[in-house]
Amino acid sequence: MIEADRLTRCYGRLIAVDALSIRAEPGQVLGLLGPNGAGKSTAMRMIAGFLAPTSGTARVCGHDVQREPLKAKRALGYLPEGAPSYGEMTVREFLTFILRVRALPAETGFRRFDEVVTHLQLEDVLDQCIDTLSKGLRRRVGLAQAILHDPPVLMLDEPTDGLDPNQKHAVRRLIDSMARERTILISTHLLEEVHALCNRVVIIARGRLLADATPAELEARSRYHGAVSFSAPGSGVSQEMLGRLPQVAAIEVDPLDGRITVFPKPGARVLEPVEDLLRQQGLEVSEIQLERGRLDEVFRQITMGESA
Amino acid sequence: MHPIAAIMRRELRSYFVTPVAYVFLVIFLVLAGLLTFYAGDFYERGLADLQPFFVMHPWLYLILAPALSMRMWAEESKAGTLELLLTLPVTLVQAMLGKFLAAWLFLGLALALTFPIWITVNYLGDPDNGVIFAGYLGSWLMAGAFLAIGACLSTLTRSQVVAFILTALVCVLLILVGQPQVLDFVQGALPRKLVNGVAHLSILRHFEAIARGVLDVRDLMYFLFTIFAWLTAGVLVLDLKRAR
Repeated sequence: MIEADRLTRCYGRLIAVDALSIRAEPGQVLGLLGPNGAGKSTAMRMIAGFLAPTSGTARVCGHDVQREPLKAKRALGYLPEGAPSYGEMTVREFLTFILRVRALPAETGFRRFDEVVTHLQLEDVLDQCIDTLSKGLRRRVGLAQAILHDPPVLMLDEPTDGLDPNQKHAVRRLIDSMARERTILISTHLLEEVHALCNRVVIIARGRLLADATPAELEARSRYHGAVSFSAPGSGVSQEMLGRLPQVAAIEVDPLDGRITVFPKPGARVLEPVEDLLRQQGLEVSEIQLERGRLDEVFRQITMGESA
Repeated sequence: MHPIAAIMRRELRSYFVTPVAYVFLVIFLVLAGLLTFYAGDFYERGLADLQPFFVMHPWLYLILAPALSMRMWAEESKAGTLELLLTLPVTLVQAMLGKFLAAWLFLGLALALTFPIWITVNYLGDPDNGVIFAGYLGSWLMAGAFLAIGACLSTLTRSQVVAFILTALVCVLLILVGQPQVLDFVQGALPRKLVNGVAHLSILRHFEAIARGVLDVRDLMYFLFTIFAWLTAGVLVLDLKRAR
């Protein structure tokens, strides 16, 4: 469990995190989403106990990170931004160092070491210097370090940043597999990640919480939510006719490929009426799609609306 | 394993997997030898003791201790590993002690490797080995004081060069402050009591007493307190940086 209560951090006159309250429960993967410089990393650093909050409190598994820092840190696995590690050490030495500092009993330690190394497929590079590893491997070493002590709470700062699509997929599968009984907080600016991983999203910009919802709820805020789009090449689908349907609020045609998007009025469904109309007119449609809503659009709307 | 021991082991390892340890040991031993035989008139004095050897140590440490301590925190800040280290379940005091002890033990090793000079003097004559032992102890304590100063100043900056220069500067001040020339200079400006106080701060005064074989509790306390004070200051700086 992670609880942040009116967490605030100032750098001089700049307010990096402004009275941020979030709460993540076991079984939840909470995504901290925001543009660059929104205060995601600063917030995580305070929860991890690296930075002291200017005001407010953070608790990990009920332990206040300021008053009981060791207890909080023991319950937490943390991957800092950029996955820093000691480059001159080999992967084996580095992970052994983490085991020693965390003072895990030898037997549990060895078992966890083997499990984590297998899980993250680090067997082949165990005796290589971390400096010589690719970015993806280094990120995996950072993840290994974070989950080595099997923590109930995991906090990952941009865990897939800079990875190729295959590596991203692997890391997401890993996070997914750990999500069931743990509390996981990840920060990201990648919207696809939210879809792939999170069951709740907190959007912050300029240090302030702007939205706290499930990905589906966010999508529902999109004007594309429930819209229907289709391509009907060659056939002169009459926009006029579509516009006469009572459920339709607006119609847009993509100037590049002629794809037509039909937006519903609030609360209305347009898929069936549009399909009926097309059938009646005997028009050939290559494919038709019901949109769930576009997160990127909602994200822009929420985070940019703030500055306007 | 205790976190202090784990951190100390890691630091010691990092000396030896990088060339730092070997370069340092070679330079330390060569300089210690050269200074003793050429600058210290080891033979010409015709005395079977290690005074010329120990007398040079403050100047040796002035260059080499900051070189060892400069990376202690500056490198971690720069590489971002500070965030990793300080979010592990260790206290600032434990992290500081682990790092300091590693450097101090390593300098102890360098000092121990000067044993051929001890064998030489025993071969050539009949020295008082008790005095020599006291000299080694005093030298190691002085090294600890220099390293503690370096550990503290290394927390102030991300730049190892800055850490080196600051440390060397503070160390040279602590060496010079007890010299008669400096004391004469401040004599006119400061009240007598303060001048005496300043003289007591001098590293040289305390070290020379121990190196002569006089193990006075006050001299030992001086070094231990210097180490304690600078390490505490370093921990406070680290803590302030969390909140800044």
